[in-house]
Amino acid sequence: MTTTPAIELTGIDKAFGAVQANRGASLEVVSGEIHALVGENGAGKSTLMRVLAGMYAPDAGTMLVNGRDVTGWSTAQSIAGGVGMVHQHFMLVPTLTVAENVVLGSEITNGLSLDRAAAERAVRELSERTGLHVPPAALVSHLSVGEAQRVEILKTLYRGARILILDEPTAVLSPPEVTELWNVLRTLRADGGTVVLITHKLDEVIDVSDSITVMRQGSTVERMSSRGVTPQAIARAMVGRDVALALDAEYVPTSSADPSASPILRVQDLTVLDARGAVAVQDVSFDIAPGEILGIAGVEGNGQTELVEALAGLRAARGSAMLDGRDLLSLDVRRRGDAGLSHIPEDRHERGLLLEYSVAENLILGQQHRFTRGVSMDREAIQRNARALIQRYDIRPADAALQARALSGGNQQKIVIAREMSRDFKVLLAAQPTRGVDVGAIEFIHSRLREARDAGAGILLVSADLAEVLALADRIAVMYGGRFVAVMSRADATPAVLGGFMTGAERAA
Amino acid sequence: MSMERSLSTLPTDPPTPRTPPSARPLLPSRATLEEAILPPLVALMLAAVVGDLLILSFGQSPSAVFHLLLEGTWGNAYGFGQVLYKATTLVFTGLAVGLGLRAGLFNIGAESQLAAGGFTAAMVGILLPAGIPALLCLPIYLIAAALGGGVVGAVPGVLKARFGAHEVIVTIMLNFVVLALLNYLTSEKFHVPDTLHTAELKSGALPRLGDMFAAYHGSAANVTILLALLAAFALGWYLFRTRRGFELRAVGLQPGAAEYAGVDVGGVTWRALTISGALAGLGGLNFVLGYKHYYEEGFATGAGFLGIAVALVGRSHPVGIVLAALLFATLSQGGLAVNALVPKQMVDVLQAVVILAVSTSVPEVRRLLRSVRRSADR
Repeated sequence: MTTTPAIELTGIDKAFGAVQANRGASLEVVSGEIHALVGENGAGKSTLMRVLAGMYAPDAGTMLVNGRDVTGWSTAQSIAGGVGMVHQHFMLVPTLTVAENVVLGSEITNGLSLDRAAAERAVRELSERTGLHVPPAALVSHLSVGEAQRVEILKTLYRGARILILDEPTAVLSPPEVTELWNVLRTLRADGGTVVLITHKLDEVIDVSDSITVMRQGSTVERMSSRGVTPQAIARAMVGRDVALALDAEYVPTSSADPSASPILRVQDLTVLDARGAVAVQDVSFDIAPGEILGIAGVEGNGQTELVEALAGLRAARGSAMLDGRDLLSLDVRRRGDAGLSHIPEDRHERGLLLEYSVAENLILGQQHRFTRGVSMDREAIQRNARALIQRYDIRPADAALQARALSGGNQQKIVIAREMSRDFKVLLAAQPTRGVDVGAIEFIHSRLREARDAGAGILLVSADLAEVLALADRIAVMYGGRFVAVMSRADATPAVLGGFMTGAERAA
Repeated sequence: MSMERSLSTLPTDPPTPRTPPSARPLLPSRATLEEAILPPLVALMLAAVVGDLLILSFGQSPSAVFHLLLEGTWGNAYGFGQVLYKATTLVFTGLAVGLGLRAGLFNIGAESQLAAGGFTAAMVGILLPAGIPALLCLPIYLIAAALGGGVVGAVPGVLKARFGAHEVIVTIMLNFVVLALLNYLTSEKFHVPDTLHTAELKSGALPRLGDMFAAYHGSAANVTILLALLAAFALGWYLFRTRRGFELRAVGLQPGAAEYAGVDVGGVTWRALTISGALAGLGGLNFVLGYKHYYEEGFATGAGFLGIAVALVGRSHPVGIVLAALLFATLSQGGLAVNALVPKQMVDVLQAVVILAVSTSVPEVRRLLRSVRRSADR
């Protein structure tokens, strides 16, 4: 007699407009296991999980949870059925406390008013049982990203979730926080809970999961046990061919850097304020030589965003920044671009793309003044540019007239990369250039970055992914609390050394 | 038939000559057309059903009332002329509001910008020497009206770009200030004794349709309607063909991305509100240059505010705005025609129902359309 699986999805179809996100996808998760759902970006993992959580109704297929047919249920029904999803983007009210956020929607009341003490008690108890430690009375806006994520998980568990779905939970965490999250998940498993983990990072998959489902192009291609499996085997299943993995990619030393050459970018005593007026970057100074990649490692939220935006012209700054002898800070965004600055922004939805605009239009964004005939746009030239870049960067679907919104995350990022790397530049600001991008595309983007470096460009690389920094950077700086706490050559850098600086545990003298 | 699969089989070598993407925008696909036309039609049908119920509640026959409404508007030359006249002003104010919406700005000030444009045109007309051909005067009037409305629009634009003052508050408040100022100037300084209007233009008044076609005799329709259509065409070109338009729409859709792309967001803001004001100001010519040939207090009361509805129902697209202006002008004129059977205010209610129906049902119908198409594809 076999036990009923906790989750059994079969033949799930789900389309959005022209994009078929799921195509006969299936998933079987045994009760009480940690199950990893992996696949390239746009493989349909998030969609499949949102179908399971009741956010989307499938176009076809059946869904069983604990043996019960729940096909097409609503979010309310899925919560009642013990399924909870923690999203990539947190859904918390920043002005409320941890306890208030956790009980939101199922408040313990005291007559008409919220029984705050009871809520805090309940949260503290849950927090102790699961190992998700957060001060229940703290305001969410005061929490670190890792703590906010714990609140998200607590909230889901508080609503009675026995099947927990986590969408890319480690993207925003530092290495020690990741370890802590794995411990929490193991505690939940020991308690009889079931976990589905969506992730890109293959070492994580092997680290924590019991079994693995691989998706490709909307369908399930393989289901395997985590024991004895290699990252290469998973990657092959994801992409359908052998790929070089970032985590075992060899660092290739620069072929063109000339340490005696004058720096192509010289930043001195740069101080930047964040949106609330607090100091986000303090007195940061560094040089980048032509043909060099300076990587910035660090947990997100330590001033990297503000540093890049200040250099790009999107944020006011004090200090100086000279690009090949030109004072950047006195120029506006467009003139900085004309001076030879290129910028891959960290958030393609917020800044890098106009989602309502066509692929062709997005491929000239920021360059629109070069694609004009008189006062009107030169549509011929825009289409020519689009055809060339779509082909060269393998953007799919290869339809220049499609809205950028209709493309998968990886292909959206390719638009940004194609645009920023196909024009003339001396310095490239590459912020999280492979965030949310599939393994195959990561390989592609990394080789483009190395090519640009070898052609003599200076690159400032900011990445939350330590493996990426280690694979690309010639020198590595660690940012913590708005300062560079360490700068070292690639040869001196190891994950352990960097990790110490990243958490603020160590500071260079 | 799935898209991804078919594309993955495409050869990756030189772009195929079969489907040059540049040829695409000239002819919208059938799907695009359906999505543009079908949803508003459904919304109008919904509004008509609500209208039926309203009419029934007054104890009248819906068919009789609608028949009367059509008879009094599109059914005879005079009524049709009145519809055209009202639509002309609404096209201008609709374009004004629509341009603002494209830039992510809500211009509630078309009402006073319209009046200011009419006023400055009338002032210029008093100063011109008599006997200059209309064709020579026209550019002067265009500049005068655009300037009058443009200045009123520039104020919230500059305040927003410079100090972040919210354009909704500033434009609402300016409506009171500007209308009061114009009323003062008209009634105290420039009125013809015993009237509330200024002296007539010395030169350059435009002909009414009644002057050319006897059937339109008595109606206010005049050749300014050609200017309105020209303005709609020009705005479409500006928004969808020029770099300025590309940048303006970018600001409206995603300010963060526009900033990243080197767009001067503040510049777009004040420019958009200034042009918006100028468009509304040009609407003043319909009355001043085309109909009465003088400025009169309250010559188009409500047309600025109705412009908001026109822009929303027309989805801020020039073609949509022209059609929506015709619809609202028809309802407005039709209200007078059906007054004998039902209160005129019923038509006001109907206008509100149209706005609600369009804003709620259009996205819904569009979604339905897409899902139907998907299942047909499979």
